Order: sequence, then structure tokens, then C-alpha cells
Amino acid sequence: MFEDMKDLLGIKDLQKSHIEKILDTAKTMKHIISQNNKKTGHLIGKSIVTLFYENSTRTRLSFELAAKYMSGFASNISVNASSVSKGESLIDTAKTIDAMGTDVVILRHSRSGTPHLIAKNINASVINAGDGMNEHPTQALLDMFTMREKKGRIEGLKVAIVGDVLHSRVARSNIWGLTKLGAEVSIGAPSTLLPADLQKTGVKVYNSIHEAVVDADVVMGLRIQQERQKRGLFPSVIEYARFFGIDERRLSLAKPDALLLHPGPVNRGVELSSSVLESEKSFVNEQVTNGVAIRMAILYLYTRKGNEI
Amino acid sequence: MNALIKNGRIIDPKNNINDTLDIYIYEGIIEDIGKNLDYSGVDVEEIDAKGKIIAPGLVDMHCHLREPGFEYKEDIESGTKSAAKGGFTSVACMPNTNPVVDNVSVVEYIKKRAESVGYVNVFPIGAITKGLMGEELAEIGTLKFAGVVAVSDDGNPVSNTALMRHALEYAQTFDTPVISHCEVKEIADGSMNEGYVSTMLGLRGISRAAEEINIARDIILAKTTNTSVHIAHVSTKGAVELIRQAKAEGVKVTCETCPHYFSLTEEAVIGYNTNAKMNPPLRTQSDVEAIIQGLADGTIDAIATDHAPHHIDEKNCEFELALNGIVGFETALSLGITYLVKQNHLTLEKLIAKMTCVPSDILGINKGTLSIGKPADLIIIDEDKEYTVDVNKFYSKSKNSPFDGYKLFGTVEYTMVGGRFVVREGILI
Repeated sequence: MFEDMKDLLGIKDLQKSHIEKILDTAKTMKHIISQNNKKTGHLIGKSIVTLFYENSTRTRLSFELAAKYMSGFASNISVNASSVSKGESLIDTAKTIDAMGTDVVILRHSRSGTPHLIAKNINASVINAGDGMNEHPTQALLDMFTMREKKGRIEGLKVAIVGDVLHSRVARSNIWGLTKLGAEVSIGAPSTLLPADLQKTGVKVYNSIHEAVVDADVVMGLRIQQERQKRGLFPSVIEYARFFGIDERRLSLAKPDALLLHPGPVNRGVELSSSVLESEKSFVNEQVTNGVAIRMAILYLYTRKGNEI
Repeated sequence: MNALIKNGRIIDPKNNINDTLDIYIYEGIIEDIGKNLDYSGVDVEEIDAKGKIIAPGLVDMHCHLREPGFEYKEDIESGTKSAAKGGFTSVACMPNTNPVVDNVSVVEYIKKRAESVGYVNVFPIGAITKGLMGEELAEIGTLKFAGVVAVSDDGNPVSNTALMRHALEYAQTFDTPVISHCEVKEIADGSMNEGYVSTMLGLRGISRAAEEINIARDIILAKTTNTSVHIAHVSTKGAVELIRQAKAEGVKVTCETCPHYFSLTEEAVIGYNTNAKMNPPLRTQSDVEAIIQGLADGTIDAIATDHAPHHIDEKNCEFELALNGIVGFETALSLGITYLVKQNHLTLEKLIAKMTCVPSDILGINKGTLSIGKPADLIIIDEDKEYTVDVNKFYSKSKNSPFDGYKLFGTVEYTMVGGRFVVREGILI
């Protein structure tokens, strides 16, 4: 199914069957992580390079560990340490990495569409680890994995996504994935943090967190960045938290067994109160574990070309 | 050199001619137009234009020739070759060169270069403000006397409303048209049209309001000061409506659109296609329909190319970092024929008017007609000939066109500038 797919650029381009295959594969991978000896041979002789033009702790480490658990070579390039600061173009940097025999380039970049540009210019598989405001496919896959693991299904679930959807690649990837898998997605945010014509993606859009969260099976908070305040998108973090922060009272509007998710890192007391983050409804740490499993599945599925029987 | 072009259909909107006639050019001047002309005694080249259209050479009131300063993208030689191939015999080039056309020496330089290497007539446009900085008026009177045909800060709006008011009033003193690039920068913080496609691609959107608020402002300023203003590259439905209403009220506003705004929508951006990135951005189907309606009912006066060459490295990069603009000379006429004439939105005569005498009249350059006694700037077109656009065959140095591979109707078979053929049988000489 993945043999003819070179790159993972976004959930938008995947079919439902692809997503399900990735989630199924990740289930096996999660089993491997839980073992005492976390080692498989799936990536023996494979070279994986993470090329990150933005800061990241968890996504990068998650990919690196995923590669190492499967016996791949993982190398990391970060912007400041490389020749990027010498003015080398993005395409030239990627071609250089490609020319060294790299099998997979994992790219994070602040500009939307950058992985698409790189994918056209190099032979290695490109895995999008977050591009601008566009997509963060592995994050959405781990979110969906967590939902399916806890709820047994995605279809028919009501998923509320609360916060800065305008700037969120996590939200976009989740919207594409969840709607393809038949979940009902509702969005809660002030109008200034909503992208144009969002309802055309098939989601319900509310300006109040209550309407978005009510009867939800899953509530997902998104990170708020302080710099948005300076651009006049909301007046203060305090006011944001007052009207759109997820606290116990608001979370109680969701189903009693609702899951609370957040892609991290969390601004405590802003998008999530500390008490809900620490509550038994919060699966934020389990998301991180599942992230490794998802990335193992991705690396496995996207490196099989010409390698397997 | 003398020429007699026989049996073609001459379309000369300014002189209300649309008939099968012969045209005789003597020593570079249009000498005679009529039925069955016979100049067999004279040394003359005869061309049979049976089944073809003979029209005035096209006039582009908005292009970028990039010289001086950006010769790696285009220069006056390559740009005017490209123009000639596309049927343009007169082009007005925008002042955002380096140095900017805000002083006499740059105007002189462009005129000299055009004289020595140009294939078509070149009319420089000067800056409204010094350095296109939007702070102080350029010496518009001096520029006018040096030879600019209009002023514009194209690429930048004149954000300061008081300064724009003064620019309209001061330019009127020197009978110089003001061409306004309308964009409120504060709400144009994006790289494509704001809408479902920008949401889908995760790109910041540019609201239509950025264009429309500025147009409304300039209309009100023109009305208040009883001056005229020309709005560049109109792209939205709301803009067409504002200009239509202003014209009905008698405001002296004219405007242009570009072929891409009646032939493409924002969906061309999907896949992060940087050759579909321009400013203003491609809009939606309802905007395209409004642009076509505006062209048909006369709200939109002229069609200009906004020919904006960029080097491959400035386009083969991150979408948000890619420069705005596309090359346009070599596709403009066939896009008009294919998307307007063949779709019955505009007659060929009207299309030709919007690409010849109308822009010429707005600029006051006395071109765009086949009047007897005028220098012979003309084209011979095969309206029905279909071809496939191949950017590698462009004469422009740059290949940044979203129309590569498009099948279009209408080819320029001959281009004559001042009585001399520069294009023959579709090939530049």
C-alpha cells in the first residue's frame, strides 16, 4: 500500500486506508517500545536525517528514538550548526543531504509547503515533521492513535479542538484525518484565531468553548503563542484563559469519560489549567509514548521500497 | 521598406474599422487603407493576410523590464523581444528598477537603451515618491519633461493618504496620469488570497479588503480633488463594483486588469505553485466572473500584462519567500482570445480596444491605432490557431508563467514596429 509512496507530506493527501494501516502498524510498534529490549532490525542499513529549521524537543527526539529502536542510523541537523547560516538555499542543503545516501529526511520548517518543495527535489523520502501553519501529520496520527486506543474507534467520536486553529498545523492535520475517519469535529475559538472558510473542511465552528466541548468524547487544547497577542488577535493571555481556557468546569461539559489531549508543550493556566492537565482525563504523556510508536510505523512503512521480499 | 498587406480583416477600434481591407505602409508610415489596393509599380513587399486579423500593435500600460538593476531577470532587449513576440509594439515600464525611476538620469538611460537595443517602443513610468518610499513626492514635473508617461509606485501603495492626495493634485498640474497600486499593507499580511484554499494550504491569506479599501480611498480622493486616478491590476469583485459605482457618479477613475485575473483562480496555487503567486493574488471563481463582467460592461477599461519576470531561484523556493509576479507578454493576447473572445464574453474588437487604443489614451501616448499618417505599429493575428504554451520558447529571460502547457487560441504571426517587421511568421527577427 505504501510501496509507491515516497513522502509523507500531510494527512490531506492520505486515504482512509493509509491512515488505518499506519495506526495498525503503530500498535505493533508500541508493543516493541514496552519491551525490556527495545530493538528491531527494520531499519538496518537505513540512514535517517532530521533536518529541523525550528526548535523542537519532543518531535525530534521522538523520531530519533524511533529510528534507533529499529536499528537505523539517525543524524540530526539543526539550523544554526549547519551551513544554513552561510546562506545556502534550502534546496541545496537538502540535495547535499540526499547526495550522502540518506534514505529519509525528516523536515521541520516554519514555512508552509517546504516539505513539498524538498520532496520534488530529492530522491530520499521526505517526512513532514511540521511545516508552518500547514500540517504536522505525525502529531495527528499519534492523536488519532491515542483516541482509537482509548475509545476503540474514531468513527462517530465527537472531537472538540479548542484554541488557535488559524496558526495550528496540528489542528489542520487532525481535521483532515478525523473527518476522513468519520469523527465529528467541532472547533471552539475566537474569530480572530479561525482561518477563513474553515467550515468547508466539514467541521462545526463555534465562538464559544461550551458549544464546542459539550458531549465531546475527546477535547484537544492547542498551544497559544504570546506573540499572537502583539498582532492584536486577542488582548491578553489572561482574557484568553478566561474565555477559552480548558478547566474542570468546562471539561465537565464533555462526556464523563472524555479524553483530554494537547500536542505540547502546554502553557499551564492558559489553554489548560494545571488541574485538568494532572487529572485522570489527561493523556498528554501517553501521547508522547504513542508518538514514538507512530514514528516507528512511519519510518517502517516509508522505507520498505525494494527492501522487503 | 514598404509593405502592402492584403486581404486581412482590419480591426482598428479607434477608427471604427472592422472590415476586409488592404493596408499600405510607405517608409514606415501608414499611407493607405482600402479595398483592392494596387501598388504594383512601387518597390513593395506584399503579404497575403487572408483569414487573418490586422490590428494596431498592442499597447501594454503595465510591465516590468527590470533594467537597470535586475538584468538577471530581464533587460530592455530581452523584454522588448518578448513584447514583440506577444504582439506588443508599445510598452510602459514600471519604475521599480535599481536605481528607481525617480530622476532624470534613469529616464534618459531607459530611453537610450530602448533606442539602441529595444524591439518595440518603450515608455518609462516614473515614481510617485522618491525611492518608492512613500514619504516625499518625486520630482514629477521634471520626470514628465524627461519623458515619463505616468507615475506609479507600483509594487508599493502610497499608504499615506495625505501624500496620495497631493500626488493626485500635483501630477494633474503636469497632466501626468497617476497609476495606483492598491493594497493596504497592514491587512495584506499573506502570500495568497484569503479563503478556503489558503486555509487548506496553511498559508496566510490576503483579504480582498486590502485591495478594496485602498481603491475606495483613491476613488474618494479623486472625487474630492476632482483629479483622475488609474487603478492598476484590479482583481476582486468588490473592486469592480466600487469602480463601476464611481464611474456612474462621474469620478474620473480608470482601471486595468491582467489576463491571469480573468483566466485563473486561487486553486492554481494548490501544490505551492510559486508561478501562481502574484500581487494582488489570484482570487476565486466569483471574482473571475466579476472581472469578466467588468470588462464586458466597460467598468474595466484596459488589459495590461503586469509582465513581472523573476529568476528561477526566486521562484523555486519556499512559497512564502517566492517573489510575486509572472511573465505575461507572450500569453496575454491568446489568453484574451481564449478566455474572453472564444467564450463570447467580449468581441475581438473590444478585446483589441482594451489592449491598444484605450491604454494608449489613458497614458496619452498617441499609439494603438492604424490611422493614416501614423507610424506603422501593427500586428497580424491568426485568431483561430491553437498552440501549446512552452515557457522554454519564451523570448523573455524568465520563465515564471503558470500557463506552461496550456492550450490557447490566437497567435501573433507578424509584428511591425514603425514600418519594420520584428516578428515574421511567428518568429522574432
